[in-house]
Amino acid sequence: MISEQLQEDALILSLVEQFGAAIESANLQHDQRIVYVKPEEIAKVAQYLRDEHRFNRLSTVTAVDWYPQEPRFEVVYNLHSIADNQRLRLKCRLDSASATLPSVTGVWPGANWYEREVFDLFGVNFEGHPDQRRIMMPYDWEGHPLRKDFPVHGHKYDYGEMK
Amino acid sequence: MSTTTLSPNVSLDETPAAATSDAGTTRKMTLSMGPQHPSTHGVLRIMLELDGETVTEARPEIGFLHTGIEKQCEDKTWQQVIPLTDRVDYLANLSNNLCYCLAVEKLLGIDVPPRAVWTRVLLTELTRINSHLVWLGTHALDLGAMSMFFYCTRDREEVLKIFELFSGQRLMTSYFRIGGLALDHPRGGLAAVKKFIERFPDQIAQYESLLDNNPIWKNRTMGVGFVPLEDMLAWGVTGPMIRAAGLAWDARKDEPYSGYQNFEFDVPTRTENDVYARYRVRMEEMRQSLRIMQQALEGMPEGAFAADAPRVVLPQREKMKTQMEALIYHFKIVTEGVRVPAGEVYQVIESPRGELGYYIVSDGTSKPWRLHMRTPSFGNIQALPLFCEGGLIADTISSMGSMDFVLGDTDR
Repeated sequence: MISEQLQEDALILSLVEQFGAAIESANLQHDQRIVYVKPEEIAKVAQYLRDEHRFNRLSTVTAVDWYPQEPRFEVVYNLHSIADNQRLRLKCRLDSASATLPSVTGVWPGANWYEREVFDLFGVNFEGHPDQRRIMMPYDWEGHPLRKDFPVHGHKYDYGEMK
Repeated sequence: MSTTTLSPNVSLDETPAAATSDAGTTRKMTLSMGPQHPSTHGVLRIMLELDGETVTEARPEIGFLHTGIEKQCEDKTWQQVIPLTDRVDYLANLSNNLCYCLAVEKLLGIDVPPRAVWTRVLLTELTRINSHLVWLGTHALDLGAMSMFFYCTRDREEVLKIFELFSGQRLMTSYFRIGGLALDHPRGGLAAVKKFIERFPDQIAQYESLLDNNPIWKNRTMGVGFVPLEDMLAWGVTGPMIRAAGLAWDARKDEPYSGYQNFEFDVPTRTENDVYARYRVRMEEMRQSLRIMQQALEGMPEGAFAADAPRVVLPQREKMKTQMEALIYHFKIVTEGVRVPAGEVYQVIESPRGELGYYIVSDGTSKPWRLHMRTPSFGNIQALPLFCEGGLIADTISSMGSMDFVLGDTDR
């Protein structure tokens, strides 16, 4: 479903032409373009956008947890083209049962830490990531703090019994 | 219990003489730099692998200052988030306030009156000078020019006094609010800024006279820390770093926000792409900030300092004492918070360190559903290995200083 305002948008049209059903929908919010992409295709779409539409920068990767709704996660990619001075947002919806999608580190090496952060704080896996470790939390931390079912104040630390 | 346990990797069969001496071999040493190293300016740890004095591998490790600000924001009302944004990048607090406010104002669809816009520009540019002064002082201190630190701290004190005058706080200002400013200008506030603008060009000249032709400074910075521009962009580096590589990309010019299109200024660039070029770019940026401040001061409009949006902006005290509606709105805003229409927005501004972006998702309630901060330091530190590997360990300090990162900004 391409929203009405974007029917004429050359970039969106070329994406639909190139990838067809992999582009689930597109809409415009506050003059910012949002494109929903099938998670399996994200790396290919990213590669195409970088090579053919000069999106040479990945501004950030993050995620949104819509718990308890399903599909639970949205992974968000904010792209930036300096040459054309335009931005684009890609989003992938993921079920909590299969929160895995291909990594875009092969397209923009700078995605490395952003994907690690999403893995650390949301528990989303990136296939093909060269170094998928926790980045913010300690390595032996249990749970993913930015998930909505993780309490804001954390789990009470167990100091053991008083003697 | 008399048996002594040997550690598993010690074997009694091997004679110590069988171990070779270090002479003539290349043995690498791993050095953990930080998290308490003074030149990392915070709690950054870099695992350096050294071959003599040469860095063969550098692995930055972050997260020591992770305070879960993004998570905390989800539990605060929209206004309560503002003090948290100060604490992200504590040297560019007003830039963070501004970015957050602009994003929420976009979601709410409210316009900010010109007086607030001009004041925001004025103080955000002052924040840039504040941040660059701290950078200059500490960077020069790392490279052995100690007096620079004293001069910069002395002049930064003037900036902090102005912040205190306007907001009551030196560091954690929280002066910009959704819809405008927290308060109108204090008495003598603009005069203090004017005095600062008149005095500060001489100070910049003083810094330059100490550093520009200083042979030690030039030896430590010229030709150090070169990374091709394409690599920097691919790794997410922004701000003065890419401008020192010749790319004149500045969000204030290319994606104008908060009325920057009304101001005349240049985007300083250099082509040498080394530590010295970054120093020159930041010095020029301070001059340009003064230019913008001068214009903001001269054109400062009269009028309201906050938008006429009673559901969003807290009413003035006087109104609350005389008008029933104001009292009701005050009660509603304080107890329930502001309801922001569902939607999402990604707002980008040019912070002193580079591209600062707030990605905010609202679900229509009085708390943000998700607030992600794209902080410039995070992207910059990620590229640190490119700057250090292959260079000398002393040049690591120069390169790192030229990146001007803040660890609170990185770890959030």
